Amino acid sequence: MRPLEPVSQPMRIALGISFFVLFFTLWGAVTFSGFVPKTFLADPITMVQDGWLLLTKFNFATDIGVTVWRVVGGFVLATVVAVPIGILMGAFKPIEALLEPMVSFARYLPASAFVPLLILWAGIGEMQKLLVIFIGSVFQIILMVAVSVSNTRRDLVEAAYTLGSTPGGVVRRVLIPANSPEIAEILRLVLGWAWTYVIVAELIGSSSGIGHMIIESQALMATGQMIFGIIVIGVIGLVSDFLFKMVNRRLFAWRLA
Amino acid sequence: MSEVVQLRVEGVGRVFPGVSGRPPVTALQPTDLAIAKNDFITLLGPSGCGKSTLLRIIAGLDRPTSGRVLLDGKVVSGPGPDRGMVFQSYTLFPWLTVAENIAFGLTERGLPEAERAPVVAEFIAKVGLRGFENHLPKQLSGGMQQRVAIARALANSPDILLLDEPFGALDNQTRGLMQELLLGIWERERKTVIFVTHDIEEAVFMASRVLVMTARPGRIKADVPVDLPYPRHYTLKTSPEFSRLKALLTEEIRAEAVLAANEH
Repeated sequence: MRPLEPVSQPMRIALGISFFVLFFTLWGAVTFSGFVPKTFLADPITMVQDGWLLLTKFNFATDIGVTVWRVVGGFVLATVVAVPIGILMGAFKPIEALLEPMVSFARYLPASAFVPLLILWAGIGEMQKLLVIFIGSVFQIILMVAVSVSNTRRDLVEAAYTLGSTPGGVVRRVLIPANSPEIAEILRLVLGWAWTYVIVAELIGSSSGIGHMIIESQALMATGQMIFGIIVIGVIGLVSDFLFKMVNRRLFAWRLA
Repeated sequence: MSEVVQLRVEGVGRVFPGVSGRPPVTALQPTDLAIAKNDFITLLGPSGCGKSTLLRIIAGLDRPTSGRVLLDGKVVSGPGPDRGMVFQSYTLFPWLTVAENIAFGLTERGLPEAERAPVVAEFIAKVGLRGFENHLPKQLSGGMQQRVAIARALANSPDILLLDEPFGALDNQTRGLMQELLLGIWERERKTVIFVTHDIEEAVFMASRVLVMTARPGRIKADVPVDLPYPRHYTLKTSPEFSRLKALLTEEIRAEAVLAANEH
């Protein structure tokens, strides 16, 4: 191995798969051998059986659907609010000076800590779940978009001015297109975090969703179901990330060398 | 060459405030300059002599600490489409095609597509990039990108074309070809051009008038007319008169370069 030396595509795939093989082998070894008691950790086969049972008997697909809906809903709300604010902050320094201290502060407020408050304000309905994700995402997106727009190449902005652009024209025809790929990357990243918030929201005061299933399973000591739920979240995250990346690559082909 | 003064620089100076307690830096001493319509001016000097600062002030991208710039009698207060600019760095908008880049200024003026298309086609032809209309900047070589940048500036029909070491990053052969291309365009379009360079040969070959600048503090040291006839051919670079001018300018700059080198 040498630093930064590329690896061939078949090798990359083989190595990626071999990690999971190793992981399941280890897991199987410690559970089947009785090294870890069944009460604490189900073996892989029980996990798959539990998962199948969840999907066929307990309508787990609906829970998955509800959770996905919450993530997407809260995330879209946050995006619609945060991206324009972020662009304005990045473009206009007085707006940045006005909002930056507040947003920087709010960014560190843990979304999960808002759950009890939000239950008080919004009840335990869907609005509360959406708000948790909204609060968790909106400040992150605002700040990251603002930084990205602030870092726009100055020479492109200057070129636009010498071609007759107005300040508004610079925002519309330089700052926004120049930063679109970066903004899409930011959204992809924050969508990943939104998944963490939704589960937290569902662990407390919820009657549906993947998080709700996990907390119910804990009461039953059904570690197989809990692990299956966690893995489902991982798989959905992986798929959405992949889709996001694919769309970005399609939309912003001009950026790839 | 008519003697109508198009651009007037009156006592323009630029002092950059000192950073973290250091004394302020005079990038440009108060400078006076009158530039005639349709002249090809090269601003020649070593790096750090304030030639780019002067150009950026004329473009309106930087503000002078003293003095003012007048274009056709009107005070310059900011950048505008009447002064087209080509930068040393590649400043094509990477998300736009060659044709869209060239049409950028026309679109900003609100010209409909039907009126933009013929102008774009005309300038693509002038810089020899027919067939590349739908290419993205990243698909072009450095020389081609700068040709698009020149076309983009000219398509806006500016009164003055400002170029800040536009061929500085190109290899020698490409640079020679680009000089001829730009000269050819200038000979046909007869625009006023201010061209910043640190390359003596480039300065003499292109210019009808060379302004030599020196550093620390930046000022115009010599004003040398170049009376070689246009159109100019690259073979001119080996003529005795060309060599004489080159030697003269080399002397002008060398003394300053030596001084500057000894300071460090």
